Amino acid sequence: MTDLLPLIVAKYNYWLYVILMMIGLYAMIAKNNLIKKLVGMNIFQTAIILFYVSIGYKKDATIPIIQSAHGGGHGAHEAAIHAADYINPLPHVLMLTAIVVSVATFGVAMALAVRVYQRYQTLEEDELRMRLSEK
Amino acid sequence: MDNYPALIVVAPLLAALFAGIAAWIEERLSYPIAVIGLAISTFSAIMTLMTVIASGTIHYRMAGWAPPMGIEYRIDLLNAMVLLLVSGIAFLNLIASYKSVEQETSDRAGSFYTIYLLFVTGLLGVTATGDLFNLYVLIEITSLTSYAMVALGDKDRGPLASLNYVFIGVIGASFYLLGVGYLYLITGSLNMMDVAGILPALKGSSTVLVAFILCMIGVWIKMALFPMHVWLPNAYSYSPVAFARMVAPLMTKVMVYVMIRLMVTVFGFEYIFETLNIADAVVWLATLAILAGGVMALAQKNLKKMLTYIIVCEIGYMVGGAWMGNQLGMTGAILHILNDAIMTFALFLAVGNMVYKLKKVDLTDLKGLFGKMPWTMTGFVLAAFSIIGVPPTCGFFSKWYLILGALEKGAYHFAAALIISSLICAVLFFKVFEICFFEPMSEGHGHGESHSQVAIEEAPISMLIITGFVSLSLIVVGLYSGTIVNTIILPFLK
Amino acid sequence: METIVSVKPLLAVLVTLFVIPILVSSSSKPNVRESWIFIAGTIKLLLVLSMLPVILEGKQIVLTLFEIAPGAAIAFRVDGLGMLFAIVAASLYLVTSVYSIGYMRGLDEHGQTRFVSFFALAISATIGAAFSANLMTLYLFYEVLSLATYPLVTHHQDANSRLSGRRYLTFILGTSIGLVLPAMIYCYSVTGTLEFSTAGIFAAGELSKPAATVLLLMFVFGFAKAGIMPFHTWLPAAMVAPTPVSALLHAVAVVKVGVFSIVRIITGIFGVELLSEFNLGVMVMTIASVTILVSSCIALSQDELKRRLAFSTISQLSYIVFGVALLTPQGLLGGVIHIAMHAFGKITLFFCAGAIFVATGKKYISQMSGLGKKMPFTFAAFFIGALGVIGLPPSGGFYSKWNLILGTLEAQQTIFMLVLLLSSFLNAFYFLPIIYKGFFGKSEEEGDGPVKIQEANLCLLIPLMFTAFISIVLFFYPTVFVKLINIGLGLL
Repeated sequence: MTDLLPLIVAKYNYWLYVILMMIGLYAMIAKNNLIKKLVGMNIFQTAIILFYVSIGYKKDATIPIIQSAHGGGHGAHEAAIHAADYINPLPHVLMLTAIVVSVATFGVAMALAVRVYQRYQTLEEDELRMRLSEK
Repeated sequence: MDNYPALIVVAPLLAALFAGIAAWIEERLSYPIAVIGLAISTFSAIMTLMTVIASGTIHYRMAGWAPPMGIEYRIDLLNAMVLLLVSGIAFLNLIASYKSVEQETSDRAGSFYTIYLLFVTGLLGVTATGDLFNLYVLIEITSLTSYAMVALGDKDRGPLASLNYVFIGVIGASFYLLGVGYLYLITGSLNMMDVAGILPALKGSSTVLVAFILCMIGVWIKMALFPMHVWLPNAYSYSPVAFARMVAPLMTKVMVYVMIRLMVTVFGFEYIFETLNIADAVVWLATLAILAGGVMALAQKNLKKMLTYIIVCEIGYMVGGAWMGNQLGMTGAILHILNDAIMTFALFLAVGNMVYKLKKVDLTDLKGLFGKMPWTMTGFVLAAFSIIGVPPTCGFFSKWYLILGALEKGAYHFAAALIISSLICAVLFFKVFEICFFEPMSEGHGHGESHSQVAIEEAPISMLIITGFVSLSLIVVGLYSGTIVNTIILPFLK
Repeated sequence: METIVSVKPLLAVLVTLFVIPILVSSSSKPNVRESWIFIAGTIKLLLVLSMLPVILEGKQIVLTLFEIAPGAAIAFRVDGLGMLFAIVAASLYLVTSVYSIGYMRGLDEHGQTRFVSFFALAISATIGAAFSANLMTLYLFYEVLSLATYPLVTHHQDANSRLSGRRYLTFILGTSIGLVLPAMIYCYSVTGTLEFSTAGIFAAGELSKPAATVLLLMFVFGFAKAGIMPFHTWLPAAMVAPTPVSALLHAVAVVKVGVFSIVRIITGIFGVELLSEFNLGVMVMTIASVTILVSSCIALSQDELKRRLAFSTISQLSYIVFGVALLTPQGLLGGVIHIAMHAFGKITLFFCAGAIFVATGKKYISQMSGLGKKMPFTFAAFFIGALGVIGLPPSGGFYSKWNLILGTLEAQQTIFMLVLLLSSFLNAFYFLPIIYKGFFGKSEEEGDGPVKIQEANLCLLIPLMFTAFISIVLFFYPTVFVKLINIGLGLL
């Protein structure tokens, strides 16, 4: 499927996901605030979702709903179906699952952040570290 | 019955559902449901293992869809063994957990058992599945439940430890997902066997290389291979002890299984060891992991923390063995999955008993424990000997194969690391034994029979029976390791 | 060679293991507990002896339990050498059990149940080591023995025994994991087997001389229970243990398992021929000679009786290694039979030391002058034991030393013969003054009048008289042991 895409386009979408991923990773490593880290995590996951979505895409293709099949019953399959006319639905379906996973992770992480805040009254990592070493 | 492979995974899943609902009505109902679910699962795992040994690999198609379209459970000797290991340990731990859950998380017992079952479902799914994307989803189910569990533990440190675990866990899983994306990009399939059939034609492809490396990094992060281990000690030592007992032996071992599965089944030995040239580097990394894990364990003042660093050390054994690139090393790695799971389980069971009685397990709290908890300590001693690698406990025999593998390849540094780690573990555990054996009598000579009669305060009988059973199985598994190698591991590697 | 499959060796190992739960459950009734020990000990000895006729016919008893890997199983094989060692260990266990009742009760020690349980475990491991068919099984029992002995060494649970326990483990466990284990695995990876055979396991050309040298050194030093210098310091440290432990384990079972392992390595793994070809016997003999002389000299300067005995043990253990390393029939015979001869002599000496301690509370030689008049039987037994260690007739020790000297002549190693003679002088120097002062010296507290006899109780006295007696008997009738060794080494 990729050989159908012009080289420049391929580079464009892959570069985008790599950049997004690095932004996310940077936030997760370098930021001091736990919420910022969470945001970074989310960007990181979204980058991968974008990557998957983009690999399913084909130029000049449409959504994979076979129009001629409508109402025609079995007889309507006569018209040949070219796979190249439809974008690949599988990566998109997979990403539905991945989005669910990432939302769930994000939810759990938020809940944990709330718990941390309730316990220590702060979300700054350096302050947390100080609190922990005090004890 | 043909549906045993599905039942292994489905039984705990349904049980989780029912246990969750039942907890709304009556908190106490969830425990028996969990027991039934895992009992069915364990039984099915035994039946499946017997079927696989008797008649070879089972292909189980979910809802009858044929691969590569449908999702396939492919149960061969390796994952039949791991399935039994996971369900068995989860089941035994559940029995031992009743009292500790009552003590530690009694107000949330319903949610505890629900998450517990979901976690087991995730691990079993990871082991059973033959689909790469499915594997990702199941890994994340496992991880999500363990995040929640860690947060249920230590009130002060649990949430923060869990949050750090989330961050690193997400990175690991994402790397794996990305790797799978590349594999899909080039092969157009997600079924492991299908991908394995297509890959040999794409030997030189850099996409395959990227996919492989990304998958491996993802799995290594998840299994806490040094230096990607930083999340593990905190996460495991601050989680509730009933959960720590299960996650410590199983989580990392299942991830090692995933690594071996990817190496043996998907990418193939030929690709990894002949096309790629990174095996030596990985073996060095494993060597470092062994030494670093051991040294860091020496520095710990808390028993639970100390044991978590031993896990880091043991991961090095298995990764090194698997990357040795010969049959002996791989045999050692697979045997060590089994042995290490059992011995870590035995250790944590003993620690669980101590926590039940002592609340805290800093090394200084353990004074005179041989007198107070003789049975628990007997189990602990056996498990410790297994970690050190004293025959006839099982730890010795996997080490035997690992060292043989290292010698065959000429990886003397790895063999040396194994020996050194045995010595470090000996020092570690005898440090603990000394505290348990000597402290109360350090003043004056302990003459006189009456002097030594410390009142025995043991953990509940349910916990003791499981501890005893698992500790004895260390010796039994050790003595039968020849049989295990011949009936399960060698046929698998052929 | 004809072999018979039988479960007897397994039973002989297990009988003292199975009695442990009974011992623990009867911990509140000492008399019941002790009678169980006798029952188990007697059964064990009878089982061992029941195998003797078969072995003397030149057959072997084999039993394979678990096939771990091809050529490395958990298996038993009873041959002449194993039989010799097992008879010594099992019979002395029974004697020591009597002695330890007297000793432990006489001193009102704590934790007696723990003590007898680990003692039983240790003796099980010893018999297991004696009957091992291959190096892996031997290693297994060797390690079990190390660990089972730890609670015995540290029995007093005070700061001193803690330090000694630490030293004990560091040396014993450190060397076995650090040296023996890699050497063993290397042997296996080269040959694919660990089965003992008199021809050795290495095929011609499989092992170069440097590799053989390194391996042999790893084994000789790795089996640190044999007390080869510089890995000997655990033995004097282990003397903090109660005397029955020092007597049975640190004069017979533990140390002899170490030496026995080295004997097995030399005769069963490398094979006498290979070592003679590489001329490696001289290297081991040199190491053993250094240990013999140095530790004898150290023994001279020890004032604590048990420590002096410990250093004497270290030097005597090296006699055995020395004899085997001669690689000649006479040397092998002298070395291996010294396992038995030294065992009876040295255990007598330890029994005496313990009896003196129980009766008078004295541990130091300088306090013991004149004591022979009070305890004539004990000192008489001590004299016989000392004769055995020095190697003078009429004690069994003479027989082994005689053969060792013949062995050096046979191998034309005259210098090493001088080592043996010199060491005998040193032995005499550190033992005879004790006896002389004991009988003829003056004690501080008493005047010239007739001295009342104050022996230790009978439980202590009978065992030490018995072992002293056996030591003399062995001088006149060593035939059974000699035959066992000749069968075991294939010298007939």
